[in-house]
Amino acid sequence: MLPYKCISEKKQKISSGEISLKDNVISFLNRIEDQKDLNAFNFLFPDDALAVAAIVEDKIKKGTAGKLAGMVIAVKDVLSIKDKPLTCSSKILKNFTSVYTATTVQKLIDEDAVIIGKTNCDEFAMGSSNENSAFGNALNPIDKSRVPGGSSGGSAAAVAARLCDVALGTDTGGSIRQPASFCGIYGIKPTYGRVSRYGLTAFASSFDSVGCFANSVEDMASVMQVMSGRDELDSTSSPKDVPPYPEELNNLNKKFTIGIAEEYFGKGLSPEIKLAVEKLLGFLNDNGFNTVKVTLPYSKYTIAAYYILTTAEASSNLARYDGAHYGFRSADSSSLIDMYRNSRSEAFGSEVKRRIMLGTYVLSAGYYDAYYRKAQKVRRLIKTDFDNAFQKVDIILTPTTPTTAFKIGENIQDPLQMYLNDIYTTSANLAGIPGMNVPVGIDSLGLPIGAQLLAGQFNESKLFQVAKFIESNF
Amino acid sequence: MIDKYEGVIGLEVHAQLLTDSKIFCSCSTKFGNEPNINVCPICLGHPGVLPVLNKKVVEFTVLMGLATDCTINERSIFARKNYFYPDLPKGYQISQYEEPACEFGVIEITLPDSTKKKIGITRIHMEEDAGKSIHDSGYSTSVDLNRCGVPLIEIVSEPDMRTSSEAYFYLSRIKQIVQYLDICDGNMEEGSLRCDANISVRLRGETRLGTKTEIKNMNSFRNVERAINYEIERQIDILENGGNIIQETLLWDADKNKAFSMRSKEEAHDYRYFPEPDLFPVFVDKEWKDEIAALLPELPFQRRNRFIDSFNLPEYDAEILTQYKDIADYYEKVISSTNDYKSASNWVMGAVLKVMNEEKIEIKNFPISANHLADLINIINNKTISGKIAKEIFPEMLKENKHPLDIVKLKNLVQITDTTAIGIVIDNVLSKFPNEVEEFLSGKEKVFGFFIGKIMQETKGKANPKIVNDLLREKISSTKRIME
Repeated sequence: MLPYKCISEKKQKISSGEISLKDNVISFLNRIEDQKDLNAFNFLFPDDALAVAAIVEDKIKKGTAGKLAGMVIAVKDVLSIKDKPLTCSSKILKNFTSVYTATTVQKLIDEDAVIIGKTNCDEFAMGSSNENSAFGNALNPIDKSRVPGGSSGGSAAAVAARLCDVALGTDTGGSIRQPASFCGIYGIKPTYGRVSRYGLTAFASSFDSVGCFANSVEDMASVMQVMSGRDELDSTSSPKDVPPYPEELNNLNKKFTIGIAEEYFGKGLSPEIKLAVEKLLGFLNDNGFNTVKVTLPYSKYTIAAYYILTTAEASSNLARYDGAHYGFRSADSSSLIDMYRNSRSEAFGSEVKRRIMLGTYVLSAGYYDAYYRKAQKVRRLIKTDFDNAFQKVDIILTPTTPTTAFKIGENIQDPLQMYLNDIYTTSANLAGIPGMNVPVGIDSLGLPIGAQLLAGQFNESKLFQVAKFIESNF
Repeated sequence: MIDKYEGVIGLEVHAQLLTDSKIFCSCSTKFGNEPNINVCPICLGHPGVLPVLNKKVVEFTVLMGLATDCTINERSIFARKNYFYPDLPKGYQISQYEEPACEFGVIEITLPDSTKKKIGITRIHMEEDAGKSIHDSGYSTSVDLNRCGVPLIEIVSEPDMRTSSEAYFYLSRIKQIVQYLDICDGNMEEGSLRCDANISVRLRGETRLGTKTEIKNMNSFRNVERAINYEIERQIDILENGGNIIQETLLWDADKNKAFSMRSKEEAHDYRYFPEPDLFPVFVDKEWKDEIAALLPELPFQRRNRFIDSFNLPEYDAEILTQYKDIADYYEKVISSTNDYKSASNWVMGAVLKVMNEEKIEIKNFPISANHLADLINIINNKTISGKIAKEIFPEMLKENKHPLDIVKLKNLVQITDTTAIGIVIDNVLSKFPNEVEEFLSGKEKVFGFFIGKIMQETKGKANPKIVNDLLREKISSTKRIME
């Protein structure tokens, strides 16, 4: 479909003149136009993208280009780009323009990536289907009657439909891995603290991670290498050195031990997905990987702990959208309290309101100990589960989601059912560990199935190496 | 009636720290700029921004903790205090709640009768200031966010004070300490030092605490005293009339000399504190604490005691001289050029402070340099001039920064100590007033003063009074001998 498989090949072909970067950007823009019904993008920056493409093409030919030269990247509309709109797919940030650029995006720009636009998502990254968007839902390119997953649904759809090379997403409880699984592409959520959050609109600060979607492991590894690292503007970012992920891709140690946790194969898991993941496990076993069982006994509390803690943080993080300083302000307000109440009532969507209410409740006097404090303890126990497991294994292999992509509207009336979509992904955010979706096949309806690889903190290299092995050999 | 009761007072004092930049971003903390100039996306609370802690704030907080004998917690955490207000762009204030930086301290105050009292410090924590809402006369409210994110420490006392005067001296002590530490300018009128009071009353002898109210918005030392007195009297009045105190927050109105209810307990905010996820806990290990401790200057009470011990000053003098660091510095400069510590103290506490108060000038701008003042004392002590002349010279020194001796010479005010010269003047006067001499000799001692006056008039006050006195008595007595 595209005349290259990954960024290294693309760069080489631009260098040799076989591909024109400018034409490549134009063809992406045309594809986006042709597949407008996917509703993957909130905003496009064709002029900027073409201008940068011309400069970068020149740099590539001169041999002075950066690591991501020529890579056409879409950015989830929760990340700031100076002088560009930032809406988080919410009415409350309608007409808001960022005055600064997120560290992650700046790092991509500094390495000569071409930013093509901003992608659709669930409002403030809250959702698993991209149905909670003020811009309407994005569609799954594999089956347009189905959701692309969420919250980074637009990014996943854009990459799966080849509307860009790579897209940035954010993952608070599965918002990269789940849509990657639904759309049949790669998606990684790095270790908490591996990538700067500066410029990422906060949903749940101690869970949010910036990651990406790609059609190849190499592209994913290249982007993650550039984005990772300490940022003085984010106190929670890690000073640990960033390994050269793309160069290490083939340094695979087949002695890696793969763990399987039975807690991730219980009730509610689609048999087809179970089969596909087991098939992958068998393949890895046959190819020299050790496979062992591990237990993660606190798994059953992940959804509860996750929704208490993330909504608590969200209720505070979203307090700033109050109509006072920027964003939407209700025209109908006669007092300060009215202004707050009406602005927030009129402009937030129902899922965001639901989470603000829940978060406000669990932090309230008299309930804090029973909910928030207890959930914090559970979070520590879940982390300990993983610490113990990663004493024995390098990777834990699980399904990414219990089902493949569901129909638009299928779960929207049932928040609990919707939340259960995150049952296998939220634990990585609670524990702060990296997780990745690897496409492993299709079900009987032709819908993509994803497997999730989890590793210990700062062990992204292991994920990339195993994923590369699967990509090449499975 | 009032004697039946005692007040119970605890203070929450906010001190704005004198760091160059804000607590969580690099914006300037400069006071008095055009509105909304010292701002950036971080202190404006734009989507996606994150706080980064200014280390200087921790250093200043620990200094205050050390100066007030607090336990410096090795680990402290920031928390979000959630509430909606237009001067708070994030919808929450980053403060400390469950694990503050410093705890369990004490401040000793000296009361006017020289008794000392220890006031417990519950905690000292770090937080960010909010912006300022400016309500103009119309319907609109403007918001200035320059102050948003300026670092504060909140110093919370135990309910250890019993009177408004104790509260006044406690607050003065805090101001004195922060100024000595150079971490806050201590200006209540400009709001760099702010104070809220928790007040309850109870019958004397009762050990349980009564229902308390909180008074806010007292923007001067005087208002703190007045508001506390007002509230204690109000509460006693209610109790005496059989009523109950309602737990509420009151706002002090200095113009009306009254406090008005701001919100009741039921209307009180639920701040929904929880640990700030954007900042890791702050660790002040022994090494850092020692580094900060090494920066501690001499503290006010240490300096006061040194003034008593080394300069032999009365405690009263030492307390006044050390009240302000720069005045104590001035005093020490004076006595580096004179050994007469007590005279130096009298001059500084008397004439110097009087001029400072009257002219509203700060000691750093005081027109008389410390060594000139020392020399003034020295030339009194070496009898170059009399104390009386010194009092005339002092205003001249204020006018122009001249050495006192230059003024003495210019005005020809050198004291006459030459007995021959003085003798001639005395002889002249005695010969001019034979009748008065007669009177004196016949026992009218009063006339002696008349002669002194005349002699001083002749010498324009420059004659050494002791010499005049001795020589006059000698000469007048010898006249008597001659006449006999």
